[in-house]
Amino acid sequence: MIRMENVTKAFDDNHVLQGMNLEIPKGTSMVIIGGSGTGKSVALKCILGLIKPDSGMIYVDGKDATKGDRDAFLARFGMLFQGAALFDSLPVWQNVAFRLLRGSLKRPTDEAREIAIEKLRRVGLKANVADRLPAELSGGMQKRVGLARAIAAEPEIIFFDEPTTGLDPIMSGVINDLIREIVTEMGATAMTITHDMSSVRAIADNVAMLHGGVIQWTGPVGQMDASGDPYVEQFISGSAEGPIEAVR
Amino acid sequence: MNPLSLLGELGRAILTMFAAFGRVALFALDAVSHIFRPPFYPREFGIALLNIGWLSLPVVGLTAIFTGGALALQIYAGGARFNAEAVVPQIVAIGMVRELGPVLVGLMIAARVTSSIAAEIATMKVTEQIDALVTLSTHPMKYLTAPRVLAALITVPLLVAVGDIIGIAGGYTVATQNLGFNPAAYLKNTVDFLELRDIVSSLVKGAAFGVIAAIMGCYYGMSSGRGAQGVGRATKGSVEAAAVLILAANFVLTGVFFSL
Repeated sequence: MIRMENVTKAFDDNHVLQGMNLEIPKGTSMVIIGGSGTGKSVALKCILGLIKPDSGMIYVDGKDATKGDRDAFLARFGMLFQGAALFDSLPVWQNVAFRLLRGSLKRPTDEAREIAIEKLRRVGLKANVADRLPAELSGGMQKRVGLARAIAAEPEIIFFDEPTTGLDPIMSGVINDLIREIVTEMGATAMTITHDMSSVRAIADNVAMLHGGVIQWTGPVGQMDASGDPYVEQFISGSAEGPIEAVR
Repeated sequence: MNPLSLLGELGRAILTMFAAFGRVALFALDAVSHIFRPPFYPREFGIALLNIGWLSLPVVGLTAIFTGGALALQIYAGGARFNAEAVVPQIVAIGMVRELGPVLVGLMIAARVTSSIAAEIATMKVTEQIDALVTLSTHPMKYLTAPRVLAALITVPLLVAVGDIIGIAGGYTVATQNLGFNPAAYLKNTVDFLELRDIVSSLVKGAAFGVIAAIMGCYYGMSSGRGAQGVGRATKGSVEAAAVLILAANFVLTGVFFSL
């Protein structure tokens, strides 16, 4: 389980998180929605320790996320970045097997390559993609390679940062279905940030609406449409009228 | 502007400068410490050796040969004013080995390697590849910085040695083909005149300049701002800083080796 308590983070005068509280039960898929620049990615990076919060506490399975063995902590996570963040200089299979080629999870090269190809198949990519460089792939294929890398070491917790941004509706659907399938079959805890409502409905067990640096509403995805929360309603309808200012 | 606010601005500028020096010094210490602490990344080290060392050879060789040749012509022309044309082999040798070899190789490395390291790491930062490294339990300082700094420490002195030899060869070619020097006498004068201290100073300067070049590339890359502008600024800043620090370090090292 992941728990954020009164987490705050400011960049100079920009107070991005202003006391964010959130709980993600183990084995569930939480999707955080909210407008651009509301701090969704910052919240996710705070959990991973990529950004240090100014105050507040973050717990993973009841333990302070900032204490203990950092490598062991990070080994529990997989992450799909918004732009895939593949390493340009490495072929696709080495990107996928990155964690399996070094560090505490190191495997023999042949075995790591086999696992990489199997994970590529899992995300719908053929084995002949394995030896290509990331720059030779389309945006959708890069996202799928990023997804394969996120699940390669079979992590307990997977983060997805804007998994469908920049993709066409069909490819978005493919990625959404893949995420749902993978999270279900691995039994992983998932946290996704997006403003794509079709992703929310496809991926989420629970939804949290982040605005003004705090969670405005959280609940099961089935209750989202009837939440009665003005922020959620405006976000779902995409209306310019409501508590969320169109000009930010 | 009143004198007090002028003084305040001056103080702020000085504090900012010292803070920047402090950040670079801490980064350099951290980078060097990671060279000795596992895990090690031999593949990245091998690639860095190739990029910094082997692939810099053509530009170093061309720079050195033209500089050596021009130096021979200048010394001959200048020496002729007081009948000292014969000192060409000695001055070319000492000029190349003590100063021009290390400095020109250092500046070429700053232009070629520092810029490339800064641009590559800055792009990695902008595209979240550095964050991805961290989430994959890989320390960016160990994976990106340590192999490059170690490779520069090893290869730049070798490049300087090669540059010294090619520069002297450039002077030799011009002197023997155009200025009428006897080849055997030229070589003998060169070898007889050079001291061990000259060669050691050249290699030590090379090692220092290599470390400066690699660290500035990594530092500016890691501290890059967002977007294409951030990458551009990081690249430009890294080359400026590396070039100035190389020239400053050259002054200090020359003082250490030859003024004591």
